[in-house]
Amino acid sequence: MSALSVDAEPSQSSAAIAWSAHGELEVLSFDLGGERFAIEAVLVREIVDPLPETRVPGAPALVDRVVNHRGRIVPVADLRAAFAMVAAPPGAESRLVVVELTLDDETLLLALRADRVHEVVTLAEASSEDAPSVGVRWPRAYVRRLVRWGDDVLVLPNLAAILARALGGAGVSE
Amino acid sequence: MSAEDPAAAFRIEARELLDQVEQALLDLTHRLDDLTLVDAVFRGLHTLKGSGAMFGFDALAAFTHHIESAFDRVRKGRARATLELVATVLAARDHMRALVEGDAVPREGEAILARLAAAVDGPAAEPVVPTQSAVPMASAAGWHLSFRLPREALVHGINALALLDELRALGDCSLVGRRDTIPPLDQLAERECHVTWDVTLRGDVPRAAIDDVFLFVLDDMELSVAPLARLDPTSTAAEAGAGVDAAGEAGRADADRPAPDTFGARQAARVAQGELVRVPAARLDALMDRVGELVIAQSRLSQLAGDRHDLPLRSVAEEIERLAAELRDTMMLLRMVPVASLFGRFRRLVHDLARETGKAIALETAGESTEIDKSVGERLFDPLVHILRNACDHGLERPDERVALGKAATGTVRLAAHQAGGAAMITISDDGRGVSRARVRAKAEASGLVAPGEVLTDADLLALIFHPGFSTAATVTSLSGRGVGMDVVKREIERLRGTIELVSTEGVGTTITLRIPLTLAIIDGLLVRVGAARYVIPLAAVEECLELSVEEDQRSLGRSLITLRDRLVPFLRLRELFATGGEPDPYQKIVVVSTGRERVGLAVDQIIGSHQTVVKALSPFHRGVGTFSGATILGDGAVALILDVAQLVARGQQAEAMEQAA
Repeated sequence: MSALSVDAEPSQSSAAIAWSAHGELEVLSFDLGGERFAIEAVLVREIVDPLPETRVPGAPALVDRVVNHRGRIVPVADLRAAFAMVAAPPGAESRLVVVELTLDDETLLLALRADRVHEVVTLAEASSEDAPSVGVRWPRAYVRRLVRWGDDVLVLPNLAAILARALGGAGVSE
Repeated sequence: MSAEDPAAAFRIEARELLDQVEQALLDLTHRLDDLTLVDAVFRGLHTLKGSGAMFGFDALAAFTHHIESAFDRVRKGRARATLELVATVLAARDHMRALVEGDAVPREGEAILARLAAAVDGPAAEPVVPTQSAVPMASAAGWHLSFRLPREALVHGINALALLDELRALGDCSLVGRRDTIPPLDQLAERECHVTWDVTLRGDVPRAAIDDVFLFVLDDMELSVAPLARLDPTSTAAEAGAGVDAAGEAGRADADRPAPDTFGARQAARVAQGELVRVPAARLDALMDRVGELVIAQSRLSQLAGDRHDLPLRSVAEEIERLAAELRDTMMLLRMVPVASLFGRFRRLVHDLARETGKAIALETAGESTEIDKSVGERLFDPLVHILRNACDHGLERPDERVALGKAATGTVRLAAHQAGGAAMITISDDGRGVSRARVRAKAEASGLVAPGEVLTDADLLALIFHPGFSTAATVTSLSGRGVGMDVVKREIERLRGTIELVSTEGVGTTITLRIPLTLAIIDGLLVRVGAARYVIPLAAVEECLELSVEEDQRSLGRSLITLRDRLVPFLRLRELFATGGEPDPYQKIVVVSTGRERVGLAVDQIIGSHQTVVKALSPFHRGVGTFSGATILGDGAVALILDVAQLVARGQQAEAMEQAA
């Protein structure tokens, strides 16, 4: 499938960060598995309470659940699977961040798991840097930039690269 | 919603016009003398040129002008319609299409125009006398005309006065408006045209010149023309009758092609007739989603109402249930389109295939009014192209072979559709050489699909054609044999939840029958529970349900076969397949499903009941998982996955094969 080519080079374009002319970017930040992630605010459609989930047997662990979100069947992505984090049951503050993405020329809704959702913040390009090649336990291609925000470091994940592996149902092994 | 972009609206219109032109051209290849068809092509081109210029498609307008001029010469009898001309204009049509879409190669256009000039000005360009009408073509003394414009003429933007002026320009002309056809004042619609005109036109005017004046209204108007010299009462009536007949015939032949004047008039005509509304497919899909949600909300309401002893609430819930069901059915109808549009696209394919292969091929179609869901039609296109190519390329013999066999030199490919219950049946048959069993067998043995000498029933042998990687073509041509075999077609049809069957008699021909559900949007399903999760099995595939006895359950732990009426049927434990975990229910149920001849049992914990289901597509993450064809939302709002029976049967067969090998 053509999906395989996604992390080879087109991810360059989708991985590019649309900093504004002033070098700023509005993001929604959320906690997951002990890290703080940030997703471009323009992608976010809605933040909802956890919904009843249906497991899709045989699907890759990253997206092995679907939920009914306002009559649409939306896959749930658990970024913990990509970042080698331990899965844990949802807590009182768990939410689903529903984002709209374009993958392989197809626009789709995706619900991202979050342990806790923070506010929308404006990040500065000046305080961002590339992920270091040592000292992190996750694949480098999965992170676009690390951005300092107060005392925290926010991870801007490369959703296209992370999801590319799961496209077409790949990752099923018997 | 925003107003439509005029250029986009023109593109839609232009595609439709070009399709009409193409159909008329293809008809013309069989009836080169048919002036009605020549007129239809000319009118289409003329309209395209006019509206193209109006909407700023200047290159298109300029190019179309050349083609139109060439066709005008044919229409006026100054050039002859030849197969070469039609082929050139077909190529020109493709170029125009490219111009409309904005991906044309200018050099191609020049080449086509050069070919066109050769085709029109060639030695064949002696004047021909049109054979269409019994009315004399010329009358030195002049003509007597009586005509009444179509009622909606004014609404369509036809300027009646301009028509009268054009008539006057032809010669000495006296015009009398007859008022007897005007209704009384209280019934008069001020925008309709009621007057009948009697015209005496003196001078040496060709009959065709009169028809030219009325070119764009001819199909719908009443027109009688009689030569002036013989103005005695009896012959007038006869000639007038003949004239009306001719116009009437043209009208009938063109009934499905609206008489175009300008783009605007066509739009107006459509609205005025109240026949068709153009709606973007995305809006229909959005409406479908809302209806789906409504159905789900309604079933929750029914559930709640059923739990209470509140009669008024129950009656409202029932009312809403009925309305939601009707709304859903109406919604389904909205998405249905006749297969005619699908079949129409194959005429050109067969035409081109005939030219490429040098075979004479006639395409017959039947049942074009059979309706299928729009998205089903789109997904049927590629498989049908493949089947038709096979039929033309491998099925039909070359003309000399056919004659030697005592068949007609022209091979026939027949494409037919009809509705049978909740499914559309589409048959593609040819009268070619049929499937050579010996070659299928040789090929299958060569590729190791069957052991040499293995005894196979005829049906099993033919079924090998659908086996992955199988292709019987002795020589690989450019048409088929690109490594894509009938297995791909079969998979695509099964993905549409359809079935494919092949019947073939050697030397007589092959018939392939597709059975396709009318709609993909809703299915009747059997709701089952496996562990804590619920799944939907398409009811059409379910043969029977039975309980797995404790003994049989124990016995079959090592192998997964049950005995069903003295036949061994493989079965899959869905709990294991889906890695459900936990303890199975003590009495496992088996749902036997089939695709045509192959069966497999599915062991589940509980059969909940039948359930009509709005099918939703799976996300790209789950499409490739294989065992699910879609998903649906249940009454309580939870998502249930719909099982892909074809895939499960294939797995069952694999499992059986492995056990037999062991």
